[in-house]
Amino acid sequence: MVFERLSFTLDPGELLYLRGKNGSGKSTLLRLIAGYLRIHGGTLMVGDDAWWRGDAALSEALIYAGHDNALKPVLTLRENARELTRLMTGHAVGDVALADAADVFGLTGLLDQPVRYFSSGQRHRSNLMRFAYLKRPLWLMDEPTVGLDTENREALAGLMRAHLDAGGMIIAATHDPIGVEGAMIDMRDYQPKVSLEEAWL
Amino acid sequence: MTMAPQSTQDTSLSGIFFGIVKRDVRLAWSQGGTGTMALSFFLIAVTLFPFGVGPEPQILARIAPGVIWVVALLACLISLDRLYQADFEDGSLDDLALSPLGLTGVAAAKILAHWVSTVLPLVVISPVLGMLMNLPDGAYGTLLISLLVGTPALSLIGSMGAALTVSVRRGGVLLSLLVLPLYVPTLIFAVGAVDATAGLVDPTQPLALLGAASLLALVIGPFVSAQALRLSLE
Repeated sequence: MVFERLSFTLDPGELLYLRGKNGSGKSTLLRLIAGYLRIHGGTLMVGDDAWWRGDAALSEALIYAGHDNALKPVLTLRENARELTRLMTGHAVGDVALADAADVFGLTGLLDQPVRYFSSGQRHRSNLMRFAYLKRPLWLMDEPTVGLDTENREALAGLMRAHLDAGGMIIAATHDPIGVEGAMIDMRDYQPKVSLEEAWL
Repeated sequence: MTMAPQSTQDTSLSGIFFGIVKRDVRLAWSQGGTGTMALSFFLIAVTLFPFGVGPEPQILARIAPGVIWVVALLACLISLDRLYQADFEDGSLDDLALSPLGLTGVAAAKILAHWVSTVLPLVVISPVLGMLMNLPDGAYGTLLISLLVGTPALSLIGSMGAALTVSVRRGGVLLSLLVLPLYVPTLIFAVGAVDATAGLVDPTQPLALLGAASLLALVIGPFVSAQALRLSLE
């Protein structure tokens, strides 16, 4: 068991931070909400409906950005963004929307460069760019600030504020302060109290 | 939580499906893709047989259908290794699993893309290799039909193995052990059909069985692949 007795509610326009040391279950909780992991006990509710993994309604409601950048090295950034948009909506992304999204993280000049030439920081920003061009109400962000300089951290905070103001929701697992107001869950409070040895008895 | 609907356009499932097919075909033929690799392997491996067996036309004609089919099967196998693994390694599999198409549909699209990008070129080039192997004149049509009808089963069955071994480092050998025994019925019916034509017998029956093998694989392949991929995400 990774955590227990964890419960929270998130309303439109709200941001929730997950804090806690490595291995405390921040990423696990995010992947659980995204439907990658099976819940062994408990429920995930949207309004009055329970969410199941693999649910089409679930996948149309959220975007997830994890540690891996999910970029194809042989494709350019623009092509990567096009493929992702098509995968998530079945439609093409508008060039204007894409240019605006690239502008947020200062990637405009890199749009037509193959991703294999990018530095790790540029790859991370390219991954975060998906939040700017895909329109989904719930954002799941796993360590979004890792490797970001001050300028881009502010750009990220601005993007998050705009999303919250528009009635969106964000759950972010992070160690660093981003500078956006939000509730916080400390994963340490939900560590399983029963140790493995006791459970065996 | 309550949802503020934000998406302005309805999702188009067919758009997603063919988007994945196009993406994968393109990646297979880009740098480091599997398309060129499988095709060159097929060409070179079949070419080795006349050198190894010797140039007697009768012997080559006798073994031609079997050699072409076995090497096509192995060429397909070496390309299967990367079917899901590339997406697993760079994190794209997370995105694929979140697609509104559902993982079964995603697997079906990726299998179709694999067949179009990697297997179809083998089918197209096979008559040339038939000439090299002194395939009997009347057997070319049946060879092509057997490849067209039978190779979808190779992609579909292989996809299940590829999905099961996606998180295994150097899973290629394990993949072969899982998949090759399942290829046996396809191989028997396919070579049976070509041999029947070469022996001037009606090949309809083995071809029908070959089609049945492909259809059976079509029913279970995408579904089992999706379940196996879900396991690898955990």
